Amino acid sequence: METTTNNSNFKSEEYFINMGPQHPATHGVLRLLLTIDGEIIKKVEPDLGYIHRSIEKMCERDSYQQIVHLTDRMDYLSSHINNEAVCLTVENALQIEVPDRVKVIRTIIGELTRIASHCLWWGVMGMDVGALTTYFYGFRDREMINDIFEETCGARLTMNYNIPGGLMFDIHPNFVKRVKDFIAHFKTKLPEYDTLLTGNVIFQKRTKGVGILTKEDAISFGASGPVGRASGYSCDVRKHHPYSALDRVTFNEALKTEGDTFARYQVRIQEMWESLSIIEQLIDNIPEGDYKVATNAVIKLPKGEYYQKVETARGELGVYIISTGTKNPYRVKFRSPGFSNLSLLSHIAVGGKIGDLVATMATLDIVVPDIDR
Amino acid sequence: MNHISLSITKNIHNWLFSIMPEGAASITEMVLIALVYLAIFAVAGLYLVLLERKVAAWFQLRLGPNRVGFKGLLQTMADALKLVSKELTGTDRADKFLYNLAPYFVIISSLMALAVFPFTKEFQAFDINIGIFFLIAISSIGVIGILLGGWSSNNKFALIGAMRSGVQTISYELSVGLSLLTMVLITGSLQLSEIVEVQKNGWLIVQGHIPAVIAFMIYMIAGTAETNRAPFDMVEAESELGAGFHTEYSGMKFAYFFLAEFINMFIIASIATTIFFGGWLSPFGVTESIPVLGVFWFLGKTLLIVFLMMWFRWTFPRLRIDQLLTLEWKYLLPLNLLNIVLMALIVWLNLTIQF
Repeated sequence: METTTNNSNFKSEEYFINMGPQHPATHGVLRLLLTIDGEIIKKVEPDLGYIHRSIEKMCERDSYQQIVHLTDRMDYLSSHINNEAVCLTVENALQIEVPDRVKVIRTIIGELTRIASHCLWWGVMGMDVGALTTYFYGFRDREMINDIFEETCGARLTMNYNIPGGLMFDIHPNFVKRVKDFIAHFKTKLPEYDTLLTGNVIFQKRTKGVGILTKEDAISFGASGPVGRASGYSCDVRKHHPYSALDRVTFNEALKTEGDTFARYQVRIQEMWESLSIIEQLIDNIPEGDYKVATNAVIKLPKGEYYQKVETARGELGVYIISTGTKNPYRVKFRSPGFSNLSLLSHIAVGGKIGDLVATMATLDIVVPDIDR
Repeated sequence: MNHISLSITKNIHNWLFSIMPEGAASITEMVLIALVYLAIFAVAGLYLVLLERKVAAWFQLRLGPNRVGFKGLLQTMADALKLVSKELTGTDRADKFLYNLAPYFVIISSLMALAVFPFTKEFQAFDINIGIFFLIAISSIGVIGILLGGWSSNNKFALIGAMRSGVQTISYELSVGLSLLTMVLITGSLQLSEIVEVQKNGWLIVQGHIPAVIAFMIYMIAGTAETNRAPFDMVEAESELGAGFHTEYSGMKFAYFFLAEFINMFIIASIATTIFFGGWLSPFGVTESIPVLGVFWFLGKTLLIVFLMMWFRWTFPRLRIDQLLTLEWKYLLPLNLLNIVLMALIVWLNLTIQF
């Protein structure tokens, strides 16, 4: 991509620069150790651990109901889906069949969470490439979703709405109407996103052909979610291993083959449309019934190992629980999408400019608490 | 000094010369005029900041500042007060002398450029016969301040920002200069008051039609790049470099950089107004009798162009450094050279539109 002359007349000099942990582009407390030659990136080393809270260790101390709270704080932008992952694992282990109503509501809220997360990502993506206005447009629409959540479960971000066996409360009577209002609203606003940013010449120049990830690399680095799908790797857990009510809806998996920053961008925009269609299919016929099944106050999983994966807004989240039959898990391991996706960065950002690194990192959609846990 | 002939200034001039010897009177007058320009500078800078914040708010579904003073009119005054009272911090092992010197380069260059504009008929601090040349020369001094600031603050991010700024400003200066030169072919003079006079037969953008419009577009692109504003804000590029070259500046020194950016925007818009849109001339030709109205027309046109630049900033993403240079050296510069030839032909063949 770049040629740096190293002859005796013009000796290029590489130098080291610290990007983060306090830097606007690292989206939190991620530290990147950059070796750069002028503007060209020679080496990227992510340095993690600035927001490590040892959530996995804390899980070994807590009961299964309490673990759900902790997962809110991992990938806080898809907190509902994280909760769902733990609840599904526990329910599978206990062999509880949750009512249909719970499944449908979980899926609807999960997709709303995905849209909210992608809205925020879109805003920040624009900001990272220098278009500041996108941030406010993204937040306007995300705010509507947060309001819906607030009405139903009292919290806007770390919702903790799922419990093993169902939901904490029933949905608010306004829920269906407000979700429908949101869909109508968002369908007029999504094309606006395209006019403001996607179609912009400068934006396309900045993103096309930048940070290319091949399908082979995507698979070997364990990329998942939009990052993997933009490289042509069909990895949507919702499609391949449907959970909750996802087996009763039809949707397309957003796939692109280019693998560059622009493809990752397009995949996320496409996913917002797909999520809208999933919600539309479910919102009109939420089955009547209980919103939870009774579980024991102290949940004890049978001895064994349990694994469940779900598709969060960032990719595949796996929950692996080893139980020895007591009220606490023996070991909990989260396979977080952000960690694998970040590991690509040092592979795909080398050779680009500093601006490319920022754009590439924006489309990896990193949430640092998800990486550090 | 003799060129200022609005009645108030004339009276002050006569009064000063009547009460003190000639030399002392001249010096007093110079100081007075400098103070007037400083006041214009401060007020224009502060209110442009406010305007930018309001425009940004309109674009971004927000209200903008609306608490301090009537409808937020005193907001930037309050900000300035805060900045004045702030502690001046700096980095260890910074080159203290250059570090402190840098903001003055930036602010002085924009202040001096302000002096040559004809705000209205004969309301001009000094009307030199190399007006445009002077403007281009003076506006280049600002980049020295940015380079010094980035270099001396002992911070790699600041240094990258400063180097980007150097590269960018030096490149785009060519386009600014050449596009203005294109228009000078019509006027036949570099003197700003003369250029406005020529436009009594129609604004230059009309007189020069096709090449003038091309020159104006090139000028706007290059001018935006000159002021280091989005989509060319490589220098600050907050998502890449934090705050760029002024990362390590605080308080009033930061405010100098900040104000200078806005004044530079005003200057770029003023040049566009003077060269392309008839300066203080009204579009309906009634300014002749009431010169004071010229200020209104001048500011009106300038603010429209300022608004255009703000529009750019709040809509476009930022270019990458190599794309920025490609745009200048591979597209704008050749186009500009062709445009000059085209304009020369048009002037030579008398194809300009004169009313």
